[in-house]
Amino acid sequence: MLDRNAVRASRRRLVIDSLGIIVSGVGFGLVYGLAARSAGFSPIEAGAMSIIVFAGAAQFAAIGYVLGGFSWLGVVLLTAFLNARHVLYSAALAPYVADKSRPYRAVLAHLLTDEAFALSLAHFRRIGRADMWGYWWAAIVGDFIPWNLATIAGVLIGGQIPDPSIYGLDVIFPAAMAGLAVGLVTGRRELVAATSGAAIGVAVGLASDPAAGILAGGLIGPLLGLLTPAGPGGHRHEAQIVFTPTLDDPSREHEPR
Amino acid sequence: MSTDLVLLAVLMGAVTYPSRALPLLAPGMHRLPARVQEYLRLVGPAILATLAAVTVMVAIDADRSPSFHVGIEWLAVGACVVLVAARRGLLVGTVVAALIAALARASGLAS
Repeated sequence: MLDRNAVRASRRRLVIDSLGIIVSGVGFGLVYGLAARSAGFSPIEAGAMSIIVFAGAAQFAAIGYVLGGFSWLGVVLLTAFLNARHVLYSAALAPYVADKSRPYRAVLAHLLTDEAFALSLAHFRRIGRADMWGYWWAAIVGDFIPWNLATIAGVLIGGQIPDPSIYGLDVIFPAAMAGLAVGLVTGRRELVAATSGAAIGVAVGLASDPAAGILAGGLIGPLLGLLTPAGPGGHRHEAQIVFTPTLDDPSREHEPR
Repeated sequence: MSTDLVLLAVLMGAVTYPSRALPLLAPGMHRLPARVQEYLRLVGPAILATLAAVTVMVAIDADRSPSFHVGIEWLAVGACVVLVAARRGLLVGTVVAALIAALARASGLAS
């Protein structure tokens, strides 16, 4: 039986957790807009990148590639490589939203970024099931709106934007990812998956490319976690995934569970 | 106003979307073997920790060559991890992390 108070408490935590992500997104969206403008992108072009691609690292890289005179084919292939990690996010979230219609899942897939995944997965794991209100909050309010508004502001305001690192905004993203990872560590297996994934990611990142490192850590870390005995305390804080209607349908809010 | 790069954005989006959508749209993802579901459950902590570690420890120069980076970011992210582990909340952790980095840079202790 779902404890509605627990869902509300988890939503409150999600909203609070997303505040730092929003500030970080605004800071780097502004810088992205400025960089795009400096590279000769028009507001329409910079805005289209943020709406259609909606992947900060790939967008920043694309500016460099365009300035460097890369062919479009090269830019597209590198974008696919940089964004390949999203396969893991999608696979990890898929069991939670299996009861949703295909068009619904197709829409939520477009908004599946690092930040949306991290915030919503932590929320789903706290309550042991999907809560689409939480996903849309994380993806749209926490990421899509700040990133896109800041992109346009960055293109239009231009040179008046200070360097976000002066305010320490550059550490908010890794700090938030690390903090959310800590929240997901509920047993020995998760700890091994997280620490070994991080170590493998750094090693592969140094040997080849950061994007390859992130993919390698995300793929191999869970394998090593699987090889670890769960331990007596494993999963004690975690509910099983429950395939039941979610709270985004108000008509179901008062149904007995 | 130029719109030439809108087509590039569409192409970039076209190669990004499948990686986001294919597992979500694949049939039978809720009927996966228990071992695979357990693997997917471990993807979350693994990839978030990897993202954090790679972001603060691997720097890229102008030629896109990676190098090991040691800096105030380690302390800032470490402080956030400790605060979250001590149940002080993610917002407190990220604010403290940003303050550590900002103060260290403003005082000239870090770049």
